[in-house]
Amino acid sequence: MNSFFRSAWTIASKDLRSEFRTKEALNASLAFSIVILVLFSFAFDPSSEQIAEFSGGLLWMVYAFAGALVLNRSFAREVHNDCLDALIASPASAGALLMGKCVANFLLLMMVEMLSLPVFGLFYGVHWTRQFWVLVAVLALGSWALTVIGTLFSALTVNLRLRELMLPTLVYPMMIPALMATMTLTTELLAGTPITGDNMIWIRLLVAFDVIFTTLALAFIDTVLVG
Amino acid sequence: MSIQDSPSSAAAGQPPALEIDGVSKFYGHYPALRKIKLNIERGSTLALLGRNGAGKTTLLRILAGLSRASEGTVRIYGADVRKTETRHRIGVLGHGISLYDELTALENLTIFAKLYGLENPEKRARQWLERVGLDRVRDGRVREFSRGMRQRLAVARAFLHQPEVLLFDEPFTALDDKAIAVLQDLFANAHKEGRTVVMSTHQLREAMELATHVALIERGELAYTGERTQEMVNDPSYLYRTYGANG
Repeated sequence: MNSFFRSAWTIASKDLRSEFRTKEALNASLAFSIVILVLFSFAFDPSSEQIAEFSGGLLWMVYAFAGALVLNRSFAREVHNDCLDALIASPASAGALLMGKCVANFLLLMMVEMLSLPVFGLFYGVHWTRQFWVLVAVLALGSWALTVIGTLFSALTVNLRLRELMLPTLVYPMMIPALMATMTLTTELLAGTPITGDNMIWIRLLVAFDVIFTTLALAFIDTVLVG
Repeated sequence: MSIQDSPSSAAAGQPPALEIDGVSKFYGHYPALRKIKLNIERGSTLALLGRNGAGKTTLLRILAGLSRASEGTVRIYGADVRKTETRHRIGVLGHGISLYDELTALENLTIFAKLYGLENPEKRARQWLERVGLDRVRDGRVREFSRGMRQRLAVARAFLHQPEVLLFDEPFTALDDKAIAVLQDLFANAHKEGRTVVMSTHQLREAMELATHVALIERGELAYTGERTQEMVNDPSYLYRTYGANG
């Protein structure tokens, strides 16, 4: 078990170090998030009532598309120089490889989300800090769902010429239950509604989604990588 | 066909370094490999020969656990190739250098030393950088390296964990003189230390100098296997002429 976590952390820290050196995915993803939020604000000039209704939906649409930019790079980074072969041939299990990549992608995605939240607050006049830690927890649950499915499909599509197109096509339909949950919860939290009673079902759904898809991804990754 | 076990390993009842038993690989309906059966004795150096598209790389990928055989089994030291313990025993160098351009030479080797669970990963990485003559540029990023330096670093990565079985795909291709000398020296040492080497190659002269055994693959089938003879050293194309499909 120790070697699993040690290998996963080695992969995660390697991916983070590579990304911070090149900033390819991070810059693209962050720029995309900010540009869409700003353009949407100017294009529709929504009222505060309208914002209260669609804030979660808007944020998660932006995060989902920005996430695809991060996730696409995840295994694509390994194709250059055939690095993936050396990782598969190493004693690190396929599960540890997937988990390491998920952790790196999750941290990058959370970073993009945290940096674009103030932009959202500024341009839409939303007090996003009112239930900050609960909001962070919901963002984390949703981001993990996006990360674990996206990373698995990133491995599956890595050798396709149209992988940039294929990844979102495969990931978003599977993400629908998790996106519904995160959009609803984020909208409620940004409107200042505490998470109680009826909304708890969305939290349970998110947790169950994360657990189920993490287990499935770990079960299938060896087949995805080796065939 | 098989390369016989050495008397010592056979007498001790130890499994050979590699057992390839009826391995076939199909891409759709196309057979890339057909019923390859071969045992490779511990401590031998096998030159895997064949023309482009013969199936050498496919076989090496299956031996390295990078691809699954459609039929048949591969065992390394008697164990399944995808087992964690088996992967500790294998060193692989494919067509690519399998190194990260944006990381330094030292960082690259340290990452792989950690993945192989080596003690003092950074120290081991530094030792290998010294051994392949790259210690002065250990903090330089791989993207800044010349092709020869990258190849030497890739060789260091493959040897880093002192594997018992070395699987090399076209190891001499596009190497500079220094890198060829380093690699030949490492292969010679590996042979002395009793490690098993399997290398696919088109460079017949270099291969024949190093090999103890030879296998020829023709259109996915094993056309010849046996000990390397003096005749093959003197005339490296002898094998193709005698056993190749086109003579």
